[in-house]
Amino acid sequence: MPGNVSALHLVLTGDPALYAIVRLSLIVSISATLFAALIGVPLGALIALTGFRGREAVIVVLNALMGLPPVVVGLAVYLTLSRSGPLGRWGLLFTPQAMVIAQTVLVTPIVAALTRQTVEDLWVEYRDELTAMSVGALRRVITLIWDARFSLVTALLAGFGRAAAEVGAIIIVGGNIEGFTRTMTTTIALETSKGDLPLAVGLGIVLITIVISINALAWGARRAGEYFAG
Amino acid sequence: MHTSRTLIAAIAFSVTALVPGGAQEDKSIVLASTTSTQDSGLFEYLLPIVRQKTGITVKVLALGTGQALDTGRRGDADVVFVHAKPEELKFVAQGESLKRYPVMYNDFVLIGPKSDPAGIRGMKDIGKALQAIKNKRASFVSRGDRSGTHIAELDLWRGAGVDIDKDKGAWYKSIGQGMGAALNTAGAAEAYVLSDRATWIHFKNKGDLQIVVEGDKRMFNQYGVMLVNPGKHPNVRKELGQRFIDYLVSPDGQKDIANYKIGGEQLFHPNADDIGA
Amino acid sequence: MSGLASDLPIVFEEVGIAVGNVTILDRISIRISPGAPTVLIGPNGSGKTTFLRAAMGLLPPSRGRITWGGREASAPTRRAIVFQRPVMLRRSVAGNLAYALAAAGVPGAEREGRIADLLSMVGLAGIEERPARRLSGGEQQRLSLARALARDPAVLFLDEPTASLDPAATKAIEDIVQTVSSRGVKIVMATHDLGEARRLAGEIVLLHRGCVIESGIANTFFAAPATEEARRFIASELLL
Repeated sequence: MPGNVSALHLVLTGDPALYAIVRLSLIVSISATLFAALIGVPLGALIALTGFRGREAVIVVLNALMGLPPVVVGLAVYLTLSRSGPLGRWGLLFTPQAMVIAQTVLVTPIVAALTRQTVEDLWVEYRDELTAMSVGALRRVITLIWDARFSLVTALLAGFGRAAAEVGAIIIVGGNIEGFTRTMTTTIALETSKGDLPLAVGLGIVLITIVISINALAWGARRAGEYFAG
Repeated sequence: MHTSRTLIAAIAFSVTALVPGGAQEDKSIVLASTTSTQDSGLFEYLLPIVRQKTGITVKVLALGTGQALDTGRRGDADVVFVHAKPEELKFVAQGESLKRYPVMYNDFVLIGPKSDPAGIRGMKDIGKALQAIKNKRASFVSRGDRSGTHIAELDLWRGAGVDIDKDKGAWYKSIGQGMGAALNTAGAAEAYVLSDRATWIHFKNKGDLQIVVEGDKRMFNQYGVMLVNPGKHPNVRKELGQRFIDYLVSPDGQKDIANYKIGGEQLFHPNADDIGA
Repeated sequence: MSGLASDLPIVFEEVGIAVGNVTILDRISIRISPGAPTVLIGPNGSGKTTFLRAAMGLLPPSRGRITWGGREASAPTRRAIVFQRPVMLRRSVAGNLAYALAAAGVPGAEREGRIADLLSMVGLAGIEERPARRLSGGEQQRLSLARALARDPAVLFLDEPTASLDPAATKAIEDIVQTVSSRGVKIVMATHDLGEARRLAGEIVLLHRGCVIESGIANTFFAAPATEEARRFIASELLL
């Protein structure tokens, strides 16, 4: 198929337009994942280790939020950042920053929920020993997060995968503006609808490669974790 | 190495990500326009020229006409550039813009499959052609998205004496998407579809489709540009927006528009000086 | 370390521990004094584990009170416990010990030396870098013992440390326990191996259904048990 041949050509010769789109996609999704980690890991650990009224309900809600539809997140962030909206003053709509914000909202529940599960499971294992060694509260959290680091990395990779593959949220808050807010997924959507397949297919190849790489990394992280988990 | 540079960029970027005001260009405007205008390739050609001549970076939001106007109403765009005169006049009447400027026109063409089930190829009367399509229940794809093209299509059905809301059936496929998608669908379903000429020429997936009816005066498509009312939305970049509009309607800008050609064929005809347009 | 008040004697005064409606320990009054190892024996479910946890300070009594060296609330700085099924941290052998030493406040510079000493004491020298969770059952038990000893405890609690071990591994553990005891650490150990009790005990405490049936010097206990239950238990009959 001619579409595929010229797609491969674009990918292999490092077509600058294609790689600019790839770069933006990675920057947006990686940034969102980092923010999600900064918020989600401590939050998940906190919920895992403290008792409070309504804890069960919070956990159920947190798990449910993992399945937030991206378009719904996009719409909510759009309305918030719109110049007629509460944060309109910041002028963030239709910028890459807005895309980072939307994807952070999408990914944080994933990171938080998976962290909560991981830390709680490990705490059940470690509780007696850490208590017997008189380990203080802060140190406990650090120990659990460190010893569970491979599972947490897997959680981050899951979050990143979600961000990199979604199109609904970023197309709404980013506006899919040429040269500014076009990512792999939004461009694939656009070019396909225009009937311009080579670029779409080329980006699809890159995107699938990235997804496979993420999964390979996650597999590697799991194996590394097993080395210590025995 | 590429990956570490991307990672560092990601981290540095993250730091700036939530600074209010963000990393927006200083001399840029947000232009809400239509998908058919973008699909025609006009912006790809024109915006670098705009940047060179005025220093303004134009960020294009390609939406349906209805969405574009709504974006202007919310103040999320600085300039609106669509092709649905009644809607534009309403926009001004509602105070969402202070003035509408005509810019250019192109025309619509009726596209159909080589098999031509309604037998209308070469007809000069669009009304009669549409009647034939309805009578033969030939497949027809509608954009269905409140876009300028969609509104023009509805006008043409009305002009042909067809009450499309009542008379439509399984043969009438309303897809709610842009011009490119509509053409793709028509090609796949062997259906007729109304398209603007510019998008049609620019479209890369023609397959079995071809122009079956063109040239009827009722198929002309007028474009207008409006600055979003800064009185209503103080954040609107009114100086840059106005400067962009001034360029579009200036003799220089009009000549640049006329010079946009695909395969030697001119796509848009400038008519900013036509007061009634 | 000098200057710290001693945790001994550990005194249980009418201690009751219940979980929900279930009474696990029932009005226990007993005194654990410095000296030779105190060994807890009794059938499964008699409350040995709960007793050890309470004596360690991990489980507050529902009734009565426990005092350590006369103090009611005592930080467990000089007490350590080896659980029946010890959990290794997901680190190397040396990493586990380093962690225990750090938790006990040992400064970084000293840790390497202490790790080497502890490992050779429990016979695990040479496998510092191995992931702790890949050790055999016996090795994990020994590492757990080393972790407990890293705290330089004055009192060491052990909950059936040889329950799932083969005879060779059992002997290794018992030897370490005796060495540690001879260095002045008070051992409080639960076992359901009567032979082990005979080998290690200075003092025996027999628990049954949460109550202390009989306690006393090991020789006397085994030669001439005072209660009927004790006699039947020593004869390896089932106590119901």
